[in-house]
Amino acid sequence: MSDSLSKIIRTTADVMFLFITVFGFYIVLHGHLTPGGGFQGGAVIATGFILLIVAYKLEDFLGWFQKRTFQNCEMSGLVLFIGTALAAIPLGYLFFMNFLNGTGGLFGQAVPFGINPGFLNTAGTIPIMNIAVGIEVLGGLSIIILYMTTGIRSHEEGE
Amino acid sequence: MIEIIHILVLIGILITAALIVWQKNLVAAAVTFAAFSFLLSIEFYILQAPDVAIAEAAVGAGISTAIYLIAIRATHDQEVT
Repeated sequence: MSDSLSKIIRTTADVMFLFITVFGFYIVLHGHLTPGGGFQGGAVIATGFILLIVAYKLEDFLGWFQKRTFQNCEMSGLVLFIGTALAAIPLGYLFFMNFLNGTGGLFGQAVPFGINPGFLNTAGTIPIMNIAVGIEVLGGLSIIILYMTTGIRSHEEGE
Repeated sequence: MIEIIHILVLIGILITAALIVWQKNLVAAAVTFAAFSFLLSIEFYILQAPDVAIAEAAVGAGISTAIYLIAIRATHDQEVT
């Protein structure tokens, strides 16, 4: 998109970006309690970034967020996921073992018996892996659109 | 009550799916596809699959519409007879 859209669309994108991002992080963090999880939340956050790419000029967007940022998001998400899975082996468990569950530390609270509203500080390594997948999907889906827009720009300038 | 909403959503899915094919303007067809995807996510929610509904709403109505709009912008509009 070589030129930005009208002022109404830009203001709406500014306002909606905050709410879309917060809702996406809510879906990622509550992935083990409510419907949704890493992929769904990451796709919702990426929709917010794509709204900014469509509404504004490409130079404006690249002034706020660099391509390097999304590449680093994708890489760090994958490293965090496989690192959490591999961290169970030196502790004496099997690969992908939920070693934080029930230990009382980070996300380590035991789930109380009976009907309860659901507590965030439970489920062991599952929320950590949800956060890793969320970061990875946010970087990956955003950079697909970013590279598509950049390729169209160079194609239009080449003609 | 839920049956009436279900039938209305199904009729809306049929109407929007037919409109995507009959639309001459490509941008209007892309926006109609977003409406189709939104109605499909409501249908998933009625059928007790909220997980799939969130994924369909984010990927179908958000990201694929943006991909279509960027791709339409890069091509030329020409009538094929």
